[in-house]
Amino acid sequence: MAQGGTAPRLAVSTTTGVCDMREDEEVAIETATLPLDAWHRANGGRMVEFAGYWMPIQYEGIMAEHLWTRENAGLFDVSHMGQLALSGDGVAEALETLVPGDISALKPGRMRYSLLLAEDGGILDDLMITNEGDQYGIVVNGAVKWEDIGHLRENLPDDITLNHNEDYGLLALQGPKAVDALARLVPEAAGLVFMQATRATWEGHAIGLSRSGYTGEDGFEISLPNDALTAFADALCAMDEVKPIGLGARDSLRLEAGLPLYGHDLTPAIDPAEADLGFAVSKRRREEENFPGAARILGHLEDGPPQKRVGLLVDGKLPVREGAKLFDGEDEIGVVTSGGFAPSVGAPIAMGYVPTSLSAPGTTVAAEVRGKRVPCTVAAMPFVSHNYVRKTGG
Amino acid sequence: MPRYFTEEHEWIDVDGDVATVGITDFAQGQLGDIVFVEVPDTGAELSKGGDAAVVESVKAASDVYAPVDGTVTEGNGQLEEDPALVNSDPEGEGWFFRMTLGDKSQLDGLMDAAAYKAFCDAL
Repeated sequence: MAQGGTAPRLAVSTTTGVCDMREDEEVAIETATLPLDAWHRANGGRMVEFAGYWMPIQYEGIMAEHLWTRENAGLFDVSHMGQLALSGDGVAEALETLVPGDISALKPGRMRYSLLLAEDGGILDDLMITNEGDQYGIVVNGAVKWEDIGHLRENLPDDITLNHNEDYGLLALQGPKAVDALARLVPEAAGLVFMQATRATWEGHAIGLSRSGYTGEDGFEISLPNDALTAFADALCAMDEVKPIGLGARDSLRLEAGLPLYGHDLTPAIDPAEADLGFAVSKRRREEENFPGAARILGHLEDGPPQKRVGLLVDGKLPVREGAKLFDGEDEIGVVTSGGFAPSVGAPIAMGYVPTSLSAPGTTVAAEVRGKRVPCTVAAMPFVSHNYVRKTGG
Repeated sequence: MPRYFTEEHEWIDVDGDVATVGITDFAQGQLGDIVFVEVPDTGAELSKGGDAAVVESVKAASDVYAPVDGTVTEGNGQLEEDPALVNSDPEGEGWFFRMTLGDKSQLDGLMDAAAYKAFCDAL
């Protein structure tokens, strides 16, 4: 057997090894290991190369891990992501020259999803920005973190300090039981609401904590020193409701939650209006028209972009994956950017780009898979409702 | 009934001039949860090493190759309804297709169970 022509999103290719004998070996840059590498292997993680690191694609199986996270709590190692911090006078205003969010209005202890934009309004990365009081913390995608750092250094004034914190790892604990589990170790967790962050200590270690994540479930991201990661992961996984979860389920969870993956659903060719991320372009910034690509993006928000990111419900059982072409009758109209079997939906789903005229929910298009046309229906996202906790004590 | 194995992790049971083909337990374990199987149409002409079927796990699509030359006599219709049979019983109920044997001498190049086990152990 060999991997088929449809490129898998995650790097299951050369590194799961055995089923892929015929695949061309990629010329490998040295793959790095994360601080929890040995922990993943000891816990049965099947390691693959992703974003330049060895990372666990699964432990007991993607389907089981996905469903576990939706019902209990899943622990994800996302230490490949870049943890940056910006400080200095006027840092919020400086950051606003590169992203379309209202960073000045972000209160201490609050965080916001935003987009790093190229001069033409194309998306260079999506990121989380947190006002930590004395600095702004930024979490960027692992695959483009070095490019992001270069872009920030090049475009921010010299008196803004950029720190790349490689001494800290990042864990995500996601699922309805995440709060109970985490609060046993860090009581402050229970006091946060969605998109709120705080600093805390755990066994003498300074840690950062936010109620956020990328699965659609309630959950947290925890930043902690590399030398504390193993003990912290062990402490969580010793609890009945917590299991380690790999990249495979992380991908299917975020797909069901309708959340785009950078490098796949978002690229420098796509602007925020096309990506249906207009919420990330703040009201004040729209009025001031002073972010990269403002003319293009505001025009697209006003008049509708030529193409738009949509969700697709796939008819039947055949998975429609990244790269599949989309058709309206005989006309090729777009492309699938993410897709696969959705364990909580119980059917294949996808995300892709279609002309705005065909982007209304209920519109029927067809995806081409191995020469066959598979009917798909444009669907509102998320596919599975978000369960974010916006008030405590509720 | 002799059973042979390929380096691409297919098994082939030979019964006279007809063979049954599937993927091995090792292969299904590597693929993980199977969500879709596309078996060849009856009458399809297969050539050794050519594409014969496609198996889709949650994470990826993988090709299944014809272990020998021949003509498909039957695809396993059960897999359409229940692709997870490939996970639960890969070397039994989870068979993929049956085919005629166009050139029995091609079987000589395949592995027996012991050789296949050694092959997997070395991976």
